[in-house]
Amino acid sequence: MADPVAPWGNAQFDGFAKVAEIGPLGMITLRAKRDVAGLEQAFAALGLTLPDPRRIVIAGDKAAGWMSPDEYLLVMPYAAVNDALASLAASLAGQHHLAANVSDARAVFRIEGDKADQVIRKIAPVDVDTMAEGELRRSRAAQVAAAFWKDGQGYTLVCFRSVAGYMMGLLSHSAQPGSELV
Amino acid sequence: MSTRLSKGGRLIDRARAVDFTFNGKRLRGFAGDTLAASLLANDQMLMGRSFKYHRARGAVASGAEEPNALVNLGRGAFLEPNQRATTTETFDGLEAQSQNHWPSLEMDIGVVNNALARFLPGGFYYKTFIHPRAAWKHVFEPVIRKAAGLGPAPKEMDGDRYEQAYAFCDVLIAGGGIAGLQAALAAASGGARVMVLEQTPVWGGRAPVDGDVIDGMAADLWVKKTVQALEAMPNVTLRTRCMVAGVYDHGYVLAEDRVADHTPGDGRPKKRLWRIRAGRIVAATGALERPLSFAGNDVPGVMLASAVRDYVVNWAVSPGDRTVVVTNNDDAYRTAIALKQAGLAVPCIVDARAVANGPLPTQARAMGIRVETGKGIAKVKGTKRVTAVTLCMQAGEGAALEEIACDAVAMSGGWSPVVHLWSHCGGKLTWDDTHAMFRPDATRPPISHDGLAMVYPAGAANGALKAAQALADAALAGAAAAGAGPIAAAQAEAREEAALEPVWIMPQGASYKLRAKMWLDYQNDVKVSDVQLAAREGYESVEHTKRYTTLGMATDQGKLSNINGLAVLAGALNTDIPNVGTTTFRPPYTPVTLGALAGEARGEIFQPLRRSPMHAWHEQAKAYFEPVGLWRRPYCFPRGGENHAQAVEREILNTRQGVGLLDASTLGKLIVKGPDAGRFLDMMYTNVMSNLGIGKCRYGLMCNENGFLSDDGVVVRLAEDTWLCHTTTGGADRIHAHMEDWLQCEWWDWQVYVANVTEEYAQIAVAGPKARALLEKLGGMDVSADALPFMTFADGTLGGLPVRAYRISFSGELSYELAVPAGYGQELWDKLMAAGADLGVMPYGTEAMHIMRAEKGFIMIGDETDGTVIPQDLNLGWAISKKKADYLGKRGQERSYLASPDRWTLAGFETLDGSVIPDGAYIIAAGVNANGQGNTQGRVTSTYYSPTLKKGIAMGLIKGGMARAGEVVEFTKLGGSPVKARIVDPVFYDKQGAKQNG
Amino acid sequence: MLTLECPYCAVMADETELSPGYEAHLKRYGPGSSDEEFEAYMFARKNPKGVHFERWRHAYGCGKWFLAARDTATLEVFGTYTAQSAAPPQALQDKIKAKRPDWKGYK
Repeated sequence: MADPVAPWGNAQFDGFAKVAEIGPLGMITLRAKRDVAGLEQAFAALGLTLPDPRRIVIAGDKAAGWMSPDEYLLVMPYAAVNDALASLAASLAGQHHLAANVSDARAVFRIEGDKADQVIRKIAPVDVDTMAEGELRRSRAAQVAAAFWKDGQGYTLVCFRSVAGYMMGLLSHSAQPGSELV
Repeated sequence: MSTRLSKGGRLIDRARAVDFTFNGKRLRGFAGDTLAASLLANDQMLMGRSFKYHRARGAVASGAEEPNALVNLGRGAFLEPNQRATTTETFDGLEAQSQNHWPSLEMDIGVVNNALARFLPGGFYYKTFIHPRAAWKHVFEPVIRKAAGLGPAPKEMDGDRYEQAYAFCDVLIAGGGIAGLQAALAAASGGARVMVLEQTPVWGGRAPVDGDVIDGMAADLWVKKTVQALEAMPNVTLRTRCMVAGVYDHGYVLAEDRVADHTPGDGRPKKRLWRIRAGRIVAATGALERPLSFAGNDVPGVMLASAVRDYVVNWAVSPGDRTVVVTNNDDAYRTAIALKQAGLAVPCIVDARAVANGPLPTQARAMGIRVETGKGIAKVKGTKRVTAVTLCMQAGEGAALEEIACDAVAMSGGWSPVVHLWSHCGGKLTWDDTHAMFRPDATRPPISHDGLAMVYPAGAANGALKAAQALADAALAGAAAAGAGPIAAAQAEAREEAALEPVWIMPQGASYKLRAKMWLDYQNDVKVSDVQLAAREGYESVEHTKRYTTLGMATDQGKLSNINGLAVLAGALNTDIPNVGTTTFRPPYTPVTLGALAGEARGEIFQPLRRSPMHAWHEQAKAYFEPVGLWRRPYCFPRGGENHAQAVEREILNTRQGVGLLDASTLGKLIVKGPDAGRFLDMMYTNVMSNLGIGKCRYGLMCNENGFLSDDGVVVRLAEDTWLCHTTTGGADRIHAHMEDWLQCEWWDWQVYVANVTEEYAQIAVAGPKARALLEKLGGMDVSADALPFMTFADGTLGGLPVRAYRISFSGELSYELAVPAGYGQELWDKLMAAGADLGVMPYGTEAMHIMRAEKGFIMIGDETDGTVIPQDLNLGWAISKKKADYLGKRGQERSYLASPDRWTLAGFETLDGSVIPDGAYIIAAGVNANGQGNTQGRVTSTYYSPTLKKGIAMGLIKGGMARAGEVVEFTKLGGSPVKARIVDPVFYDKQGAKQNG
Repeated sequence: MLTLECPYCAVMADETELSPGYEAHLKRYGPGSSDEEFEAYMFARKNPKGVHFERWRHAYGCGKWFLAARDTATLEVFGTYTAQSAAPPQALQDKIKAKRPDWKGYK
């Protein structure tokens, strides 16, 4: 069993911002209401903190993002997912929840550089200037669903695997040298 | 002649000459020129031809309102037709071509229309081409199409790059004249995020040309200082060359940014469409001067007075050596004064008013300019260029008093506020009798989401035509839009001007002959006489008159013609202008390039193309793809010289006799989990899912509340509280949303979660008698009939990969569907292809899948269903629970007409001659209906040549259904005699299911 | 191009992030209901010029359905609230009544 294949072959593009497909990353979608008993402990057992609404809490190579009032996105190394699922099952046993491995269902991109925000401004109907520190925004990237957050000198963007090629094309077009939003 | 003056020109840089061509002729302009200015500087007054009569046309305006000076720019992949020379910046290497003429601009054969003009009145097309009906298609339309249109559509794909971007602000200010800048200062003072967009490359609007003095400074200097102040504010964004095209609901604004229009080839996108969400919008869009309607007002050399002033002051271009000014107001005297100051001759100012004694007329007279009051222009002489005008009494019928030689006419009929942005979302107008103009009615603004005014008009756009009033008005508008406190407005020196006198026809009592030469709409050739004719013919509504005469329907959308046209209509109807009203103002303000609207959505990213994890392999295997929603699925995999039908036949036979692989990754996969999941699925599906055993699979049907079949698929039970529902390829997102809808909006107290894991897994169907042998070669989990019987599943490994193997079959063969994490999909596919090489494994596509399922009599959502078919129609009653009290669609299916024995229900069909029934064929019934059309009693839903059975097979819906088995019926065939077919069992292959169950 | 505030994630969402779901506060009529009840449930939709209650889904955002009260003529949005509401919140009804005295109520 070789390593899993990234949806778009870890493609890269150097424009006024640098665009790269990263991953595969481990990802779990967790459906649970916030008041479910043991939820905070379940996050803690994974080394994660329960995020506030519309926030993502990053801890090293892991992160926990708020996706909706009863949905979280847990990010971690690809190989850590099965153990994490087992840990969640144990922590939340008997509590109504759903945890599913979605690592392979997603494509993940990094957009880096001083002007990385401009790439986001071209594709999403989102007021980047008013995004809070640590905000995870689910929205639309041109014609497909996407979620993104600021992380260091750039943005991490997640979309569905099947449209990884579209997303790479979209991000590359948007980062073309000469097309800076001056 | 028109020429470049030796001095002046506030916008040009005489040190930077730019070379360009017009109709192949090499010409020279200066940086800062518009193309129209450059052409005039080269004595190129003739710039185009009108649409209907091919009349000679020169620039009449100096900005966005220009109806005449339309040119083609560039060539080949960079050709842009219908570009306004008045807004195009001249750059080195610009190539322009005039349009709508043949063989040349100077000598246009189409001008014959001109001689026939009296036979082409308003409504001409409607009247002429209505009979005989047949002539339209073969005679009239081809001829009109050839004659119609302005510039040619580009033949090549656009070579330029475009993009879009989103922006957000509290206050968007449209217009960078002094009002816009003043409003920006007021709005930004309280900290609001302000965006100021100016359509030209230059800030300041008309004030610098008009010589206004603001806060003791020349307007130019005040503008410069104000822009600097705004640039220094972190909460203000300023953009020139950015035209606000439209205002839409809730503060949504589209603006076209001409990023690199004037610098082609510098690597920047040609244009960018800004999609702006603004809290409030300040429309500081200025006002447009109105032409006067006198005979020959379309002859090249007749221009708006303000345009003449612009050309002289901004670009040091004189439109003519001798310019007659004709006006009904004081403002046009500024043009006469500017011309005189530039050393040019102004033989006469013709003022329709009886008296003109204000400061401006006094100044003009003092400069030695002759002023004739109470007079009008009876007629302009010249065809390609003005040569003279004849004067008459404005109150008379046009008897010539004298002829004055001139080569230009500067006209002013007063000013109309640019109310477009105010009106786009429903802002209402009020008629201002004093200034003879429509202006925004502040009591009836367009409304935003909070119920408050969305647009604030400011300055001239609000009817405040003079600088002092405009600045005061704009300061208030800016502050109000931002919800900020008031600031002191800049002070402009007062300009005293006498009132204008409305003049809609010159002279007032002009004869028909004169009225038939008074142009309202220059581009579409609509004259005063046409609008009057429309009124006589009963077109009382301005909207009808517009469409009947084409007034205001050209690319300039009537910026110059609308008010004059409706005033003429009001006169003809003997009513007031406000009673006639305006036509509707719709976006865009000026045309927006289609490329900018498309943005990045072209070529590879025209639309999101969904690819399965094995897509690249399919491409390498030269698969022929078909679109299924946004997915591309292999239809077949042709080999050698095979055509598609041959490839499909080979794939089917190989699967029926050996083993085939189908990429089934696109099937929807939804995990449904929770204490109430079983109860929920029993509502979603027509059959019972709550009693499905763990490890088992069951085929299920989903209906909408109307009772009609909506989706189908295999449901498996993963655990006590967890099910996995497969949907059709097209159904994944739709069914997921459908489930969430019911869970969130109806049964929100049920404990159920749904997760869409469609793309987590690559899924491969391994089908055929050798399927088990192939999996056994890979090694791993036990795939024997005992360990993994039909309609069960198991988790395990195959070839070292973690898989979930389902024993389900859509082909009717022994079949396994293997799900593997998508990142391993290609590896599993490769291993199956390698291990199966000596078993003759081959991939098969969707067409083979479709045919094999039809051979088995399996229905297909979208083929056998069309939104009006219930499961009972498809003999699927066995999949409908009789015990359940409720499921979605149950009540709908109880309606009496759905239980009618007359419904068309599923049957199989076999043609008597073995041929294939045409797609979409109907089953003929006796007699004809009320419309004389043949009656029908059914239709084909799936029809194929079956490679397995070597004959045509079909499924269809027929009245009476399988009760009529054995009967022979006739199917329609286009261009042939009906096809006879026998009603048979739709299961054509392996009726007992021995193969799939094996 | 409306903007509606999603009551779940507090995003002021652009219409292109949303998908529409037509009239809100319908009562479902299933098996056992009369033809008239079923017809009213399935087909009889209001189409008012003025105050209207609609279902919207924050489809590209948090995925939640919510309800909105909106004037179909002026596009004024009176408020949004969660889909788990049998009736519009009283405060919202009061607000609408104050702004539109002729309003006859949501039913």
